[in-house]
Amino acid sequence: MATRQLGAKKFRVLPGFKLTLGYTLLYLGLIVLIPLAATFIKTSTLTWAQFWSSVASPQALASYRLSFGASFFAALINAIFGLIVAWVLVRYQFWGKRLVDALVDLPFALPTAVAGITLATLYAENGWLGQFFSSTSAWHLTLHLPVIKISYTRLGVFVALTFIGLPFIVRTVQPVLADIDAELEEAAASLGANRWQTFWRVIFPMLTPALLTGFALAFARALGEYGSVVFISSNIPMKTQITPLLIMTKLEEFDYAGATALAVVMLVISFALLLTINVLQWWANRYNTSTLS
Amino acid sequence: MTPHGTTLRVPHRAANRRSTAESPWVRRLLIGVALMFLALFLVIPLVSVFAQAFAKGIGFYFQSLADPMAWSAIKLTLIAAGISVPLNCIFGVAAAWTIAKFDFRGKNILLTLIDLPFSVSPVISGMIYVLVFGAQGWFGPWLIDHNIKIIFAVPGIVLATIFVTFPFVARELIPLMQAQGRTEEEAARVLGASGWQTFWRVTLPNIKWGLIYGVILCNARAMGEFGAVSVVSGHIRGQTNTIPLHVEILYNEYNFTGAFAVASLLTFLAVVTLILKTWVECKNAALNALNE
Repeated sequence: MATRQLGAKKFRVLPGFKLTLGYTLLYLGLIVLIPLAATFIKTSTLTWAQFWSSVASPQALASYRLSFGASFFAALINAIFGLIVAWVLVRYQFWGKRLVDALVDLPFALPTAVAGITLATLYAENGWLGQFFSSTSAWHLTLHLPVIKISYTRLGVFVALTFIGLPFIVRTVQPVLADIDAELEEAAASLGANRWQTFWRVIFPMLTPALLTGFALAFARALGEYGSVVFISSNIPMKTQITPLLIMTKLEEFDYAGATALAVVMLVISFALLLTINVLQWWANRYNTSTLS
Repeated sequence: MTPHGTTLRVPHRAANRRSTAESPWVRRLLIGVALMFLALFLVIPLVSVFAQAFAKGIGFYFQSLADPMAWSAIKLTLIAAGISVPLNCIFGVAAAWTIAKFDFRGKNILLTLIDLPFSVSPVISGMIYVLVFGAQGWFGPWLIDHNIKIIFAVPGIVLATIFVTFPFVARELIPLMQAQGRTEEEAARVLGASGWQTFWRVTLPNIKWGLIYGVILCNARAMGEFGAVSVVSGHIRGQTNTIPLHVEILYNEYNFTGAFAVASLLTFLAVVTLILKTWVECKNAALNALNE
């Protein structure tokens, strides 16, 4: 503020502007922008027919369906349970709360390959959790439960993506929920709203931007996820092959043109999601300041 | 306002409790559902890693870790993280300084570009370097002529690791330094401190915890990255295998106990990361409370 009043926009008190900006742009360019541009330049050397034949092949279409479908449902489950977890962590006191709060970030900290082999083993037919769904368990014989295979099926892909996206919604909703003024709830209550009405009509609308942001973040992360999925999926083309794995397969076959074409599709979708997330965050911030101040 | 402001007001609204707080049963149900969900997705997997790792006893566990291939994977992981974390740390400080301390056009675009690596799939993160440095890539023929190997060698692994961990430090420091403003540094300058003195004596102590936090997260990701490194590694045993890639090889060879033993190292790292993260957050909260 002080610098602006002095009209010091040109004259800068602090040093290092050129150095730090220059270094930032150079490093960004060398590490991120030029290599990313290579993808688009490589794709531009393809003819339209070549491009289309690799991005719209039946195998590619099947992989989009699985990637988008599993990511969507994983983000949806996380939105529901993440909201409950955030609510419980902000509003209630219980034993071990601090530990639970710290544990929520585990999927961020745990390497994806470790998550992959762990979930695959847990949900295998003889695994700790998979046995409850497989025909070999005594439970199934007595209760006539349906037999569900999780590891090495599409359901396994969904489980891995749910794990990966778990922290996003909790961490975006938590601060917003903590900032909601109790007076708003008291006002709603004094005007005759019951608890459910207060939640649904007063609290939930204030959480919507944060929930949507968290959903979009979890969805975007799940779309690109590779490490955890390759272990729990059987990776069969047309059935359990996600798009990043299809790219990997093409790279291993040295089909760089096909791989880059698919990568361009994924990148464009990721950038669109990034833009959506930025707009959502801007909306969330605007919403907060306008209602809370 | 405290995060628990609502609970502090309980006596005040006791008269109308039914409308401003959930009934005890609803509360217990919600806590139960939340804990069940987290137990299913977080606690059980965490416990199972160690259970599987020690399934064949402690002897087999240490035997898996003492394997020369495991050692070379650990060494390579330390090299990759040892190069990428400091580089991204320097970048993070430079980017945060330029964004937080100065006004210029296009700042929002720069912020978005810095975050870009987070929204790129790991497989694509590795692939872009194959397109630039691979045998069929832009510099491929030149690199072959000069006998320099980047892809399917250590430099490629380092590059891919730098890319996937690129935004971590910058992302922690930018909002922190923006919130702190410029007045303290300007005062230091006016009082005659040089640029470096201002940075070391004023800025760095202020951003210390944010920096540590960013480095912790950056390091965890650098050591655990799988997809991007997998693309550029070439999977040469004892040469271009990092810890996560070594885990994959053991797992695919049906040496599950060995795979989990090595994976337990990474899991241990993740747990330490979470503990440090919580500790830094506590320090930060205490610092903020002191300032207010």
